[in-house]
Amino acid sequence: MPSLKDLRNRISSVKATQKITKAMQMVAAAKLRRAQTAAEAARPYAERMESVLANLAAGVTTGGPQLLAGNGKDGVHLLVVATAERGLCGAFNSSIVRLAREHILRLQGQGKTVKILCVGKKGYDQLRRQFEKDIVELIELRGLKQIGFENADEIGKKIIAMFEAGEFDVATLFFSKFKSVIAQIPTAQQLIPAQIAANENAPAVEGPQPSYEYEPGQDEILSELLPRNISVQVFRALLENAASEQGARMSAMDNATRNAGDMIKKQTTLYNRSRQAMITKELIEIISGAEAL
Amino acid sequence: MAAFHFELVSPEKLLFSGDVESVVAPGSEGQFTVLKDHAPVMTTLKPGVVAVATGDGKVEKLFVRGGFADVNAGGFTILAEVAAPLGEIDIAKLDSDIKNAKEDLGDAKSDEARRAASEKLAQLEEMRAAVGA
Repeated sequence: MPSLKDLRNRISSVKATQKITKAMQMVAAAKLRRAQTAAEAARPYAERMESVLANLAAGVTTGGPQLLAGNGKDGVHLLVVATAERGLCGAFNSSIVRLAREHILRLQGQGKTVKILCVGKKGYDQLRRQFEKDIVELIELRGLKQIGFENADEIGKKIIAMFEAGEFDVATLFFSKFKSVIAQIPTAQQLIPAQIAANENAPAVEGPQPSYEYEPGQDEILSELLPRNISVQVFRALLENAASEQGARMSAMDNATRNAGDMIKKQTTLYNRSRQAMITKELIEIISGAEAL
Repeated sequence: MAAFHFELVSPEKLLFSGDVESVVAPGSEGQFTVLKDHAPVMTTLKPGVVAVATGDGKVEKLFVRGGFADVNAGGFTILAEVAAPLGEIDIAKLDSDIKNAKEDLGDAKSDEARRAASEKLAQLEEMRAAVGA
């Protein structure tokens, strides 16, 4: 049976924790709004990019640059795992890592070589335990208030440089898609070779398709567009991730605050009960002492 | 004059979207003007000013750096790497950027660094010239 003082201490420490979780929840809510607007603002560019690329790729019948068609091999896979820099955001980091881990194990089971590029420290910490030797690099985005296109561009350029150096054949990006505050979907997206969705919402043109004119040339444009596309995909993934992280943190902290509230209630009841029991015990002692006289 | 749909997007946001009469864009092989029912063209852009003539006689000018222009039946789309309305460019900051870039060029050790620095300087000076005064 804990003493009254123990109970009092316990209650006050839970109260302090509750204050922290509540503050974190509010901060996450404010950051979420900003992250969400950034993610939404970036959407048009990515969508246009996709449709331009789809138009362009439709004209390429055979071959094309390696970034589009791949280099014909499938032996070495690069997994870009984008996670958060901080914890305390529920299952956000673990669910991305879990998806990546499943992929890694499956690929390794097929006898393929896996290389991992971690963006964000938390994913690195979790993957390091199992796949230390497969991790090529860790990119930290700590201390960045807002993810700019330059940051994504840097990562994109790094990936392309590795691809051109022949360090891998297929690249896949792991991140968490933001659906709502309570739902974030861990997603795997193939970067190289580029996967181009069929352009369904393009305006249907009657009669023969107009032929595009290319300046300078189709190949030059494609070879400039594809690296850009990778940076854009990375940028979009990072923004979605940022929004997801804040959303996940918000709901995790909301739960924590509620739990702390429940705990305080329970402990307070216990405290009051043992206080009353003690008073009763003292009274009995006094009364029985008086009767004995 | 007939209007067509024009969009200017940068990775960070959608800068312009609407019906316009004509757009002058700095293509990598020379400036070109797009009017309604332009033949489908795809081209890369060099740093410069995009002048958008909206229907009411006003001309909106936006600076773009690098990117793609795509003209098709659905309209005209510019995907710019960096874009900003001319009015929003901070001249003082631009001047200090140019100064820094010049210093970078002077300090550059390797050929690679020198090339990157001079490219950056050229882009900034292009931007400065576009802003004027």
